[in-house]
Formats: sequence, structure tokens, C-alpha cells
Amino acid sequence: MQRRIVSLWFPRLAAERSLRARPVDAPFALSVFDRNSERIHDLSPSAENAGLQRGMTLVHARSFCPDLLTRPADPVADQRFLGLIARWATRYCPWVGLDGRDGLFLDITGSDHLMGGEAPLLDDIRTRLARAGLTARLGLADTPGAAWALARFAEGIAPPGELLSRIGPLPLTALRLPDPACTALERLGIATVSQLHNLPRATVARRFDRDVLFRLDQALGDSPEQISPLKEEQSFAVRITLPDPIGLIDDVMAASRRLAEHLCDRLEAAQKGARLLRLTFRRVDREDHAVELKLARPMRDAERILALFERGVEKVDAGYGIDMIRLEALELEALGLRQLDRAEGREKDSLADLITQLGNRVGLENILRFEPVESHIPERSFKLVPAAYSTPATAWPYARPRPLRLFPPEPILARGSEPPSRFRWRGRALTTFETEGPERIAPAWWEDNESWAHGLRDYWRVATVQGQRLWLFHTPQHPAWFVQGEFG
Amino acid sequence: MSLPFSSVYPLKQSRAHEVCGDGALAFAAIAAGEVKGPVVWISDNRQPTVNPEGLVPYCDPGRLLVTRTGDQLGVLASAETALRSGAAGLVVAEIGGPIGLTEGRRLQLAAEAGRTTALLVIPEGAGSNAAETRWRCGGVPGPGSPRQNQHDSTHWRWSLIKNKIGTLSEWVVRWDAASHRVIVVSEARG
Repeated sequence: MQRRIVSLWFPRLAAERSLRARPVDAPFALSVFDRNSERIHDLSPSAENAGLQRGMTLVHARSFCPDLLTRPADPVADQRFLGLIARWATRYCPWVGLDGRDGLFLDITGSDHLMGGEAPLLDDIRTRLARAGLTARLGLADTPGAAWALARFAEGIAPPGELLSRIGPLPLTALRLPDPACTALERLGIATVSQLHNLPRATVARRFDRDVLFRLDQALGDSPEQISPLKEEQSFAVRITLPDPIGLIDDVMAASRRLAEHLCDRLEAAQKGARLLRLTFRRVDREDHAVELKLARPMRDAERILALFERGVEKVDAGYGIDMIRLEALELEALGLRQLDRAEGREKDSLADLITQLGNRVGLENILRFEPVESHIPERSFKLVPAAYSTPATAWPYARPRPLRLFPPEPILARGSEPPSRFRWRGRALTTFETEGPERIAPAWWEDNESWAHGLRDYWRVATVQGQRLWLFHTPQHPAWFVQGEFG
Repeated sequence: MSLPFSSVYPLKQSRAHEVCGDGALAFAAIAAGEVKGPVVWISDNRQPTVNPEGLVPYCDPGRLLVTRTGDQLGVLASAETALRSGAAGLVVAEIGGPIGLTEGRRLQLAAEAGRTTALLVIPEGAGSNAAETRWRCGGVPGPGSPRQNQHDSTHWRWSLIKNKIGTLSEWVVRWDAASHRVIVVSEARG
């Protein structure tokens, strides 16, 4: 089947996007900072009629057209907008690719009959885009190259097989050639595509870049050209628009329930679980309120998700009412189907829910678990890891009694290598009653640890008459005494 | 008339209890070892967490879910959330300052709603009247107490200083590692 390609060109994409958001009547231009001055990036037809053109400095343009209105350009948003149009264009055919910064290719092979033929299809595209406030130029031909040329230089349809006859009279720039090549060819008196086509190929190839023949072949269909369709992004977002605004918590939760069920069905079909969810409420006064939910485990259980959202939803100020609710899964993780376990599964679920609830209050990174570390240094023998991203440690080694609370060493006044019989600690006078020790711990010489600068430590467990049981150590290499822990 | 230890310990379930004194952490660690299910241990950032190696004789540190919050309000709010969810076997909250009757009562209600026991580690004299029981724990001082020749034969004096449903008393107890439980050494004088 003969391929049929539509090329869509938006000559004023950036300006029209900006005008769609905030229309103005006056001559309008978008400015961009380039080569040390503000220059015109894109402009409206009325500004063009006033004699302005792209690339002109703004100062210059204002002297031509004093009532010119300008806004800064946003190329990133323009590109995103083009992506949206590309997605919209899939209503005509499944195969839509981006073409530079302001154009699209549509491979309508075999799908034009759905719109009643090629001409009605182009008319439909044009009308709908015009309704959206966009100027579009359309070309339809057998190859992307020819369609591109038609869209820019001679809008219309090239019937199947008639490529050269339609694009032959067009200037060389219609072949997407680089400017130096065009200039060089024009100096030789070659101004149109058909003239270039009539030249012997060998001489053109020798005299010019290979690009020249390559582009010509692409336009005439002798050399293939692919259209890369956009990657279909699986977005897990659902929304509900309400005819009348709602404000009661029960109503909002009921609407959210419908969204959550729908979203979870989709997550299940994709075998994924959400890790971060966002519920957005749009109020009638156009203000958005978003509630985010970070989950301790990926999940797709509508009931549990709703229960976890409840606390956040209660805080939303409904104002004059909410008329749109949107639920998005922002972070996903693979979550396969699994066999349900009767008791154990539920217990794990409730713990994960608890981690989520606590995490949304104090931050998921503050919900921690202990994990043993292989180190003989007491303060380094464990670490805290976020509970949401770990599983409980199973076996804890038990070697020697350790205090229940460790703190940074606090110096006390004492002498000798035996624990003092009386000392002051944290403002209290303590009398030693019983001691046990010493337990010598050597610093880890392979680690650079300032708190161990005093060298070896002889640890003593000291019970006092006052009831405290403390962990003292003596540093024989630099004689001093410290308290490092409390046994409780 | 003396109050039997077994009537007040293990701690009554689905209630909020308080413990203070030098031995409060050991009391909490022993209580954590006696419940089934995960233990949520909430403290604020101002002091270091409990040392898991010190917990090993009493309970498995892997069961602990440590929650760190910025201030005391966060500790109370997290404790209430954890109690209400009912997922934990015990919620231990280390509280730095005095708490009011409202906060204490809220925790009590949350403990009842979630069927979870709460244990607040409080400074001396900082409890709330809503607590079910309050304990003061300390090492046994003075000569005459048995020698601590083994690490697991430490003696504590556990005094019941508030009891909603009974009289007060105190006991000298020790931890028995072999049977993994608390053993009353002697009925101390009140």
C-alpha cells in the first residue's frame, strides 16, 4: 500500500500558545535573549503586518510598532504543547511523530477513509486547530519529505505517485537542505527541485555534500524515511469532573473512592503498585489543593489507599466547593500478583499502613529500623535504616552487656585506672557501690574517628549507691575518665 | 494487705501506662519483650535513640520501629496514630516534658480504640492523671543487695506510684534470662 503522509506545520506555535492562555488585541511578540539583546522569538500576524520579523531586536521592533506587547518565550512549554498536539493528532491515525520544534508528521496510510477521504481529513484538522486558535499549514504526499515541502511552500495534496510534478517547482529550501548547500546551488543557477533532479547524480555527489542527494531521494521516495511515533506513556491518573461543586467530606471521599477503584484496576492490569500518590482538588474558584501520600510499600488496594488519604483530605479547605478531583500515581513500583496469605498478609499490611501514616506525619525517612553492623566499636555496631525500604533484621548478635542508652562520652573528674569511688556526673554526686570490668576496646585504626583520639578504652560497669548503673571508660593512653552510657 | 505483683504486671492491655526513674528504659525494654507483634518506639531528636545492643537481652531489636520526631507534640501525635492503627503490640513514647490531662486522656482513648498498650517514658513527676498505672524504677542501692556477678541478675526496685484500680506497692525484681521474664525477689516495704 502506498504510504500517505501528512505534514503539519505551525508557523506561529509559540505566539499562539501564549495568546491562547491570555489573549490580547494589540500586536504581540515573544522575546528571547539572544546575542546580547532581547530579540523577537515569535510574533502575531498583526505584528508581522507592522513590519516586524523574527530575530529583530526588541528596541528596533518598538520603534516600528510602539504599541507592541511582549512576553518572554518559554521553549520548553512550547515543546510540551507540541507533544500535546501530537497526542491529540492520534485521533486521525495511530502513527504520529514530532518534526522539529514546530511540526508533526502523521502517517495516515489506510486511515483517511475514516474521515471520508484525504481532503475532508485535512479540512477537519484545519478546522479543529483553527477553533483551538492555532494556524496550521498542511501538506499531504507519499513521503514525509514531500509532505514537509508542501506544508511549507505549497499547501495541498499531492496525489499518489505525483511527487516530482508537485514539488518540482518549489525552491531548494523545500528539500530541508542546509543553507550553505542551497546558496552554493543557487550560485550555479539551480533554483528549483526539478532543476536539481535533472542534474547528473554523479557530479552533484562529487561537488556537494552527500546530504543534498539524500534529501532529494527522501522527498522523492527513493530513500526511506522513518517517522518515530511518540512513546506511549502509561500515565496512571484518573479524574472526575462534577456537574455541581461538592464540599462535604463524605461526598469528596465517595468521589475519591470511584477514582481510587478505577486507578487500582489499571494498576492491577499493569501489575504495578503506587508508592507516591497525589489527590488534587480543584475548587470552583480555580484553586488547586493537592494532598500527597507516600506509601511505605507499593500498593493498589483502593480501600486502604482511601483510608490513608482521609487525614489529608480532612485538612482541605473546600471553599465554595470542589468540582474536579484528580488522582495520580506519581511513583510506581512493580507489584506482581500474589497469593493472599490469610493472617500474615493482613498483619504486614496493617504495619505498612502504620508506617505510611506515621511517615506522612513526620516524614518517611524518620521511621527507622535497627540493623546490626559488624563493628566492635559500641556506637558503630548498629545503624538506622528507613523502615519503608528495608525488612526487619533477624538475628542480633549478643556478646557482652551493653547499656540501653549510649551518648557521646561525657568527661568526669577522676584519677587512676580503677573506677573512682565518688564522682560527679550531670550535676549529681554519685558514690560507687559495685564495679565490673575492665573490658578493653581498641579503636578501629583503619577508620579515622576523632572521638577515639584518646586511644584504648577500658570499659567498666559501675553501679552507684544512688541507683544509677553507668558505663564508664578510662583511657590509659591519655589518662581520663568518661561516662558513655546508662544501663537503666 | 499486699498487692500481688501478678495483678499489675504484665501491664494491663489496651491502656496507657507511665514509667519514670533511672530504670525506666529497662522497664520499657522488658515490657517490649513481653508483647507479641512489632513495637513502635517514638522519641524526639534531642536525645540518642535507645541502643539496640542493650535491648538484646530483653527483646529482639529487629521488632522495633523507631520513629524520630522533631518535638514533643510530634511524639504525642505519632503515638496516638500508632495506637489507633492497632498494628503494633506496644507503643513506647519517650516524653521529655510534662504532659497535660488532655494529652494523657487522648492517648488513653487511642489505646482503647486500637487495642494497643501504650507505655510513656516520662521524667520524674511529669505524668498525667489519665494513666492507668505509673511506675518508678531504679537500681537497688545500698549494701546488702545481692552481688551483680552476672549481667542478668541486676536488681531493680519497681514502685507502683499510681494505680487507677487498686492500691500501691513496690517490689524488688530481677530479670531472669533463662526463663526470659521478671522474677520478684522480695516484697519491698512500702
